[in-house]
Amino acid sequence: MNLSLLIILPLITALVILFCKGLKQVRTVALIGSVAQLGLSVFLLWAYWQERSDGNAAPMLFEFDYTWFAASHINYHIGVDGISIAMILLTASVVVAGILVSWTMDKLSKEFFFLLLLLSMGAYGFFISLDLFTLFFFLEIAVIPKFLLIGIWGSGKKEYSAMKLALMLMGGSALVFVGLLGVYFQTGTFDILQISQMHIPLEVQKFFFPFAFVGFGIFAALFPFHTWVPDGHASAPTAASMFLAGISMKLGGYGCLRVATFLMPDAAHAYSWIIILLSTIAIIYGAFATMMQTDLKYINAYSSVSHCGFVILGIGMLTQTSINGAVLQMVSHGLMTALFFAAIGMIYSRTHTRMLAQLGGLLKVMPFISTVFVIAGLCSLGLPGFSGFVAEMTVFMGSWQNPDTMYRLATILSCASIVVTAVYILRAAGKTVMGPLGDDAYRHLPDATWNEKLAAGILIIGIVLIGVAPFLINQLIGPGTETIMLQVGKAITLK
Amino acid sequence: MMLDDFFILLKQELVITAIIFLLLFIKLGKDRSNESLLRIINILLFLNLAAGFCCGREGMLFNEMFRTNPLIVLEKNILNLAIWLISLQSYSWLKTHKHVIEFYLLLLSTLLGMFFMISSGNLLMFYLGLEMSTIPLAAAANFDLSKRQSSEAAMKLIISSAFSSGLLLFGISLVYGTTGTLAFSELPAHLSVNPLQIFAFILVLSGFAFKISAVPFHLWTADVYEGAPVAVTSYLSVVSKAAVLFVFVSVLYTAFKPLAGVWYNILFVISLATIIIGNLFAIRQNNFKRFLAFSSIAQVGFILIGVSASSQAGTASVIYFILIYVFSNLAAFGVISLVSAVAGKENISDYKAFYTTNPLLSWVITIALFSLAGVPPTAGFFGKFFLLIAGAGKGNYLWIGIAALNMVVSFYYYLRVVKAIFMDANEHPIEKISIPVAPKLALYICVAGIILTGLASCVYDYIFSLSSGF
Repeated sequence: MNLSLLIILPLITALVILFCKGLKQVRTVALIGSVAQLGLSVFLLWAYWQERSDGNAAPMLFEFDYTWFAASHINYHIGVDGISIAMILLTASVVVAGILVSWTMDKLSKEFFFLLLLLSMGAYGFFISLDLFTLFFFLEIAVIPKFLLIGIWGSGKKEYSAMKLALMLMGGSALVFVGLLGVYFQTGTFDILQISQMHIPLEVQKFFFPFAFVGFGIFAALFPFHTWVPDGHASAPTAASMFLAGISMKLGGYGCLRVATFLMPDAAHAYSWIIILLSTIAIIYGAFATMMQTDLKYINAYSSVSHCGFVILGIGMLTQTSINGAVLQMVSHGLMTALFFAAIGMIYSRTHTRMLAQLGGLLKVMPFISTVFVIAGLCSLGLPGFSGFVAEMTVFMGSWQNPDTMYRLATILSCASIVVTAVYILRAAGKTVMGPLGDDAYRHLPDATWNEKLAAGILIIGIVLIGVAPFLINQLIGPGTETIMLQVGKAITLK
Repeated sequence: MMLDDFFILLKQELVITAIIFLLLFIKLGKDRSNESLLRIINILLFLNLAAGFCCGREGMLFNEMFRTNPLIVLEKNILNLAIWLISLQSYSWLKTHKHVIEFYLLLLSTLLGMFFMISSGNLLMFYLGLEMSTIPLAAAANFDLSKRQSSEAAMKLIISSAFSSGLLLFGISLVYGTTGTLAFSELPAHLSVNPLQIFAFILVLSGFAFKISAVPFHLWTADVYEGAPVAVTSYLSVVSKAAVLFVFVSVLYTAFKPLAGVWYNILFVISLATIIIGNLFAIRQNNFKRFLAFSSIAQVGFILIGVSASSQAGTASVIYFILIYVFSNLAAFGVISLVSAVAGKENISDYKAFYTTNPLLSWVITIALFSLAGVPPTAGFFGKFFLLIAGAGKGNYLWIGIAALNMVVSFYYYLRVVKAIFMDANEHPIEKISIPVAPKLALYICVAGIILTGLASCVYDYIFSLSSGF
């Protein structure tokens, strides 16, 4: 199938929105567009299975290569493997859910949905790019809408958060840019597949790998560059928080994997101990920082730091299982955090507070929303049956395959963080949905509307599907991670 | 010399001259309303732009004093485009002005000077062209006749230009003294890395640095930009800078080629200083014109990275970036000029909540600022990317790295303006501005340029195919 449709569809939807009048038209168009995106991604999955079951073993499918700037060897080169498809499916689900929860966004609705769709376009483009320039182009496209979304529609200290997020992410992309240039001048091409066939000298890799990895790492909340995450998520409007956690942070994880690790495996190997150290700190620090939060959004944001630490940990461990786990964790975290933010948004829009101390007993008045909230929480703490368990388990198993003492220690410490996760999740869930009603005024609050139910339903289906039938997604991403492991394996045997 | 040679090679200069004479005759004739005058002039300038695209040829005139080739024709076309856009944008301001024709006479004379400067094949010709472009410009800077600031700006411009011309002339005379020639084609054979020639070269370079307001010769920029009428400010920041940069590239790449090792290092220092200082000062500005002055200083620093590449990609990226810069900066100045003419406000703080009253203009200026900041999908992203790639070809990653991080700093101050427009509250936002047809056309062209110049790779490919390096 033609992958460019994934970029064209959101673009057209966004442009049509510009000519719509009133919230009703805008949201209808946005919903139709996003459902079409979801349909397209499911179709892509189906087409991918078809190709694979027909015995097509090429690392990338549905490739399309168009010379964009011949003079600088820049191509518009796209293609997908299982990992990208998993990311695309994640993006599409979060986009539909995000648009559904913004159903009553009446402040500048046209601009709001326009920016959401622009952001999704950037994400799709990023995930299908096989050319470093194209990839970088889409990475940056996805930054600006976030700034505007948070700054205009946010709450709290929104200008500060928006600026902080935009500057840190731009800083990240500046680092990525330097890393890409290094690779480009070493190999003379921006094409990811071609570069992966060449061998970049170790010293060059060692010099440029940190730029690329840290640059993408900033997007993925790599410690100590995670500070935009709590503020950004907490100030953003619900849909933007969902997009940030569900899509935007995944750009970073995917970039660390596809660009930094895949193209510079020697350096990934050489630096893996630093990556593991930082990610372990992020996991533990994030978990403990979450314990101290009293604002639901901050709780979820800090727990995102901790959970994204698992992604980085899985990549840093460099075993097939751990990288599989990292990808699983990206998908799982994307769905789960989006669900969590959606639930928080629903609660906030009714009670007008996100503070733990003022909430309580919501299960009685809004059973659906409370259940969603608890499901998101349980997934976050890794209850079997949900995706969180599968993902984290895979990361741990993969990490344990590294016999080195330090790596084992890091694995044990990260494992232990789950206990802390359980503490803060159970505390937050207990305080919010159980116990006496936080305020008498809550007694007559309505439960979820159809759009909110639908949004939550889509995300929960994803979470449960991965949790119950992990082999499905494992089969999907397996060949992709094998290709990456092949590169890493070459690096290890070369030593 | 054949006569048709003369007409074809000099066509752009001749068209401008013809327009100048035509305007003089119109001035002598019966009084016309400003509206009709401006309409005629805008059509003339458009024809001028269109004429530039037909029948270009490579060739020399006047004993190699004047040279032209497709690239030079393209550069002149970029300037023609810029002046047409500026003219369209100044409609609201000039509509009530007493001396419309005189304004255009001054502007077109400077343009003529720039054309000769760009086409110069000889340092003398270059100097003549430069002076011809500078002196009328100072008079034009004084065209807000009732404002004292405007005459102050003109005074500052003329004094600093005179000073820089002095440096340049001293440098040129030393070059002549040590080599015995002024022709670009003969200079390389006589130049080598010896102290006197390097000294001469540095003087010439300082003259250039003044004109493109590179640090440490940038101090006049902000004051002049602030005081001059918006039309002249945009002319200064776009046309005059672009013209000097075009010559700068060709002078460095041809005449001073033997000193490449010297000027590479000088450019390294100047460029970083220009980027950093431009950025740091831009952060604190409240006047929009001053803000754009410093941001344009920082942009020049980026352009110098491309200049340093001394390759085909270097030339191409510089010219490409300037084209994009024309669109982006003129889009920003177009909005400022409308607001300044209608509401008389020029501060960034006045633009708070601008979006509530003028959504269209807000989007235009936002897109322009994003392009200046280098955010995709605007063309500015492609422009900066190619400049940095060209520069990185020399392997100086320190330079590229610092420049890339400075893009983040510049991002901050551009976003500050966006924040004021979209996010800040204001009890008295600028009232709704009705946009006349001419400025509207200019803004649409700029926005289309910002979006298409980058995504459509044919523009860069075309410029690349015309460029040369060593």
